[in-house]
Amino acid sequence: MLIELKNVCYTYGAGTVYEVSALDGIDLQIHEGEFIGVIGQTGSGKSTLIQLFNGLMKPTTGQVFFAGKDIWADGYDLRSLRTHVGLVFQYPENQLFESDVLKDVMFGPKNQGLTPGECEERAKEALRQSGIAEEFYSVSPFELSGGQKRRAAIAGVLAMDPEVLILDEPTAGLDPAGRDELLNLIKHLRDKRGITVILVSHSMEDVAQYATRLLVVHEGKIAFDSSPKQVFSHYRELEKMGLAAPQITYIMHDLRERGLRVDVTATTVSEAKRSILMALSEHRSLSTD
Amino acid sequence: MGEIALGQYYPSNSILHKLDPRVKFIGTIVYIVSLFLVNTWIGYLFCAGFLIVMVILSRVPFHFILKSMKPVFFILVITMLFNLFLTPGEPVVKFWIFTISDQGISMAVRMGARLTLLVMGSSIMTLTTTPNALTDGMERLFSFLKVIHVPVHEISMMMSIALRFIPILAEETDKIKKAQIARGADFETGGLIRRLKSMVPLLVPLFVSAFRRANDLAMAMEARCYHGGDGRTQMKPLRYAGRDYAAYAILAAYLAVCIVFCWRHL
Ligand SMILES: Nc1ncnc2c1ncn2[C@@H]1O[C@H](COP(=O)(O)OP(=O)(O)OP(=O)(O)O)[C@@H](O)[C@H]1O
Ligand SMILES: [Mg+2]
Repeated sequence: MLIELKNVCYTYGAGTVYEVSALDGIDLQIHEGEFIGVIGQTGSGKSTLIQLFNGLMKPTTGQVFFAGKDIWADGYDLRSLRTHVGLVFQYPENQLFESDVLKDVMFGPKNQGLTPGECEERAKEALRQSGIAEEFYSVSPFELSGGQKRRAAIAGVLAMDPEVLILDEPTAGLDPAGRDELLNLIKHLRDKRGITVILVSHSMEDVAQYATRLLVVHEGKIAFDSSPKQVFSHYRELEKMGLAAPQITYIMHDLRERGLRVDVTATTVSEAKRSILMALSEHRSLSTD
Repeated sequence: MGEIALGQYYPSNSILHKLDPRVKFIGTIVYIVSLFLVNTWIGYLFCAGFLIVMVILSRVPFHFILKSMKPVFFILVITMLFNLFLTPGEPVVKFWIFTISDQGISMAVRMGARLTLLVMGSSIMTLTTTPNALTDGMERLFSFLKVIHVPVHEISMMMSIALRFIPILAEETDKIKKAQIARGADFETGGLIRRLKSMVPLLVPLFVSAFRRANDLAMAMEARCYHGGDGRTQMKPLRYAGRDYAAYAILAAYLAVCIVFCWRHL
């Protein structure tokens, strides 16, 4: 088991007038190689939850374990933990600061204590993977477009070569092609290097397509924790939490109601297509009989 | 986060919270003046009593008022020490090159009391008034300066914007700091030079975002046809209510008593 949370609570501004309880009694286990999607309404506590995973925030009560060790025990090396668990924040473009893109991406590896040559190699590889063309390497990061900044910032985390990659709504504000590219890159990294991925997203379609496991956060608690298919079969409850199932799931339910014998648990377009085609051919053979 | 004393407003529904900010501003000035009028034990006791009544009326927990003492604690101690050792008079204690006189003791205690009451008194205003209401009240109070072409409205607008931006920038700093820590940045260890250097990844994005925000705000104000103070009306104009006149009356009575104390050397 890679990351484990035991009865974790987090309260912002504890002891002041402005106390906000963001997380409440979270128990969670994350295993190697999982692709975890995290969904939940705005303000449900997703961003708070993921910041516990790499020790950026200390839980008000409860424990966080990484590879079996309590990360808040005395003498635990939190800096090295952060090189294992890479975190891409919501709007990561706000972290860019160097004079050119390549140097900015090298910041992470440099902090890991690699030689300048290794840093540059890592940075270039990460930039290539994130889809930043070579002509931009020597440009100031502030001259990039919004989407390019986002990619450069993500490259900054990828360059650290983390074992666990956490992304907080990385696709917000990207164009459709950029979104698919980014998600495919993440999937590719997971398949090839076996890293663990935790993806926070407001797109039900995206998590349905990529995640192997889905966490639903609601009012600081984990409301559902299972495969996307199972979670989305509770779409009525999800709707009450301000969420929904993927569009295609609704279409499948409609088709079923009108008499086509399709699989209503389909959550991705390709699954749905297969199921619809099969149902249609069945339908046809029934009516020709 | 949360340690920025400027926005120390404590939300509540007490009578002091409901008072017009102008009353509270003038009240604070009256209180400070009164502290310099009285010079006797009875006088200080009277001032302290007035403060205690205000604290109770404000319904702010006492430790919030004590917290306001924290930043001036050092100055308080220094002031008291200086007064203790450097006031000439009948020596009471003598050791090495130091002498403590009876005058010194009394002076130190009085200065300490005066400073403590002063800081606590003004903290009642900031604890019960939102920064915005306060600048609003000050704009109205000082609007007579417009006659001599002081840009009162502009100054107050700048103050409100600055006050509004402090928590935003604090939050932004927190976010950027976390993002850089997640990339392995180290803000804690190392010598002075190294630490200053390690601030670069924090300060550059912070300035960039501050300028961007300022720009956006200017644009938004322009888009809503903001053009300065002339002819601008307010959504909630300040208007005195009955309780405000009552408060002024109480303040006047309080000041009168203090003047009597001062005059009679009581
Ligand atoms: N710095 C902070 N100080 C005080 N309260 C906070 C802070 N950050 C978040 N909160 C509160 O904690 C709760 C959870 O916030 P969080 O940012 O984790 O939500 P989220 O699920 O990431 O939302 P979103 O989808 O909008 O990103 C919210 O009620 C929020 O108001
Ligand atoms: Mg969030």
